[in-house]
Amino acid sequence: MEWMAWTLPTAAFFSSIAVLLVVMTVWEIRSPCVERKGFLPITTTRGDRLFIGLLGSAYLHLMVLGLTSWPLWIASVLALLWLALVLRWG
Amino acid sequence: MNKVPNNKAWWLVLPVFLLVAFSAIVPMMTVVNYSVQDIFDASTRFFVGADWYKQVLQDSRLHDSLLRQFIFSACVLLIEIPLGIAIALCMPTKGRWVSVCLIVLAIPLLIPWNVVGTIWQIFGRADIGLMGWALNALGFDYNYAANTMDAWVTVLVMDVWHWTSLVALLCYSGLRAIPDVYYQAARIDRATPWAVFRYIQLPKMKSVLLIAVLLRFMDSFMIYTEPFVLTGGGPGNATTFLSQTLTQMAVGQFDLGPAAAFSLVYFLIILLVSWLFYTAMTHADQNR
Amino acid sequence: MNIRKRVVLALFIVFLLVPIYWLLNMSFKSNTEILGGLTLWPQDFTLANYQVIFTDPSWYQGYLNSLYYVCLNTLISLLVALPAAYAFSRYRFLGDKHLFFWLLTNRMAPPAVFLLPFFQLYSSIGLFDTHIAVALAHCLFSVPLAVWILEGFISGVPKEIDETAYIDGYSFPKFFVKIFIPLIGSGIGVTAFFCFMFSWVELLLARTLTSVNAKPIAAVMTRTVSASGIDWGVLAAAGVLTILPGVLVIWFVRNHVAKGFALGRV
Repeated sequence: MEWMAWTLPTAAFFSSIAVLLVVMTVWEIRSPCVERKGFLPITTTRGDRLFIGLLGSAYLHLMVLGLTSWPLWIASVLALLWLALVLRWG
Repeated sequence: MNKVPNNKAWWLVLPVFLLVAFSAIVPMMTVVNYSVQDIFDASTRFFVGADWYKQVLQDSRLHDSLLRQFIFSACVLLIEIPLGIAIALCMPTKGRWVSVCLIVLAIPLLIPWNVVGTIWQIFGRADIGLMGWALNALGFDYNYAANTMDAWVTVLVMDVWHWTSLVALLCYSGLRAIPDVYYQAARIDRATPWAVFRYIQLPKMKSVLLIAVLLRFMDSFMIYTEPFVLTGGGPGNATTFLSQTLTQMAVGQFDLGPAAAFSLVYFLIILLVSWLFYTAMTHADQNR
Repeated sequence: MNIRKRVVLALFIVFLLVPIYWLLNMSFKSNTEILGGLTLWPQDFTLANYQVIFTDPSWYQGYLNSLYYVCLNTLISLLVALPAAYAFSRYRFLGDKHLFFWLLTNRMAPPAVFLLPFFQLYSSIGLFDTHIAVALAHCLFSVPLAVWILEGFISGVPKEIDETAYIDGYSFPKFFVKIFIPLIGSGIGVTAFFCFMFSWVELLLARTLTSVNAKPIAAVMTRTVSASGIDWGVLAAAGVLTILPGVLVIWFVRNHVAKGFALGRV
């Protein structure tokens, strides 16, 4: 495992992704979701919206890093807002 | 086909999942780990946060090769898709020539990628290659190792040679799926060949064309071996595409952090574009 | 109109074949003839280049290594992809669509920077420089492709066949092996062809994961080029020999190959 060069932040990052997947699975078993159409141009399920949200968040972080000199936490706040927006109304 | 809901099907998928996860997730995690650290050797490394991402996103060398990559992929798609459709329309529909055509078309796809590079390396040389010799004999000053434009054109022609067949074969199988009745109806209506193409053939080819665009985009965006063998990325940096810049950084200079950071950015670009294509494709399938 | 079509097709086929002819032509020439001047066909025909390859173990061993891991990869891919493709085409289960897309993304990962982690991963489990390591690494892109193609073919088989078999008292494994696999024989053939093809043409991973014992032919070629100047004749002969297995394999699936290229989806 030494060669994988783990650090605390990345370990936390991957754990939270794993937890997120487990939560989504449990939620899906408890109350299966139906496809719906929000402000996105396609019908989506809950999992689709999560994926779109996460991908968008990644791009938001990159944009803040590449185009501005703002600190990174601003990007994280924006990403959380975006995630909530997509999950709720996407 | 309406599918039966059945979560036990996971047991059938599990082997695939484990096999792919082993080769996909562990290296992916490692790359993420590399991208946030400054690595000197196996035991000396420091956490640097998002610095590499910042550096990489503002690095002009990577911007250049990203731009070259986009131009290259766009050229590849613009040439290969129409040409592939044209070839597919020209292919015979029955008789023994069908098999011959299919096999000949498939040959370039079956050649190892570095051999493709070697073939064109030889073919384009002015002293021992037919193409280089012929072009020079016709009065062009052609030298793919020294002239930027020539190198570009050679790499592009090589890619067209290598992959147009894939598009052609895909479109051909799409065309074969059109029932004869459609053509008969078109003949009764005295439809022009263009109308037949526009309203019968093109809609039927839509789903295979999406596959073709998806595969060609992904592969041309990751092209490495062929230009590496043919031009070595030169002259200068004219044909150094993304993969090669990354390999130079990671293996040549051992700049693991920046290389890992950029490869993740690279992956995100491909992921987004491919997701768009894939979503379009599945929606086209549903609407059929 | 028909004439014009034939001319276009013929021109394209000539464009495809001329570079290959040039390679073939060179492989039958001696080096002095190659460098001496441009000749459209071999003036003094020689098999010496092929002789070099078939007598030198470092050359022909490369072919055997490549064939070995490619076959291994094809076998593994088919074995795991068949049940999975069946599941994807017949059942709806938790996260099926996302799983399918995730499988596809693995074909998108740029291999260049995953080389080092791959190298370390396979070294750490003691598989470095073995055929199985290359076969497993190639599964990363051949398995998703195999699932994709097979799913297309399996969806073409009506579901009533499964149901009838279950009513007749077949268990799932028995039904799968005895009835289902013969039904999609052509699909399996095409899938095997694609796994073979993608594993055969890949160089980057194969070269990284091997050093001596499992060195693929493609890597042998690059090394020989850089070592002793360039032996054009032998290089061309080796190139010709890498084309042959593909041509042989495609002969068997020629009637289904077009459908396979459309991932069984037309």
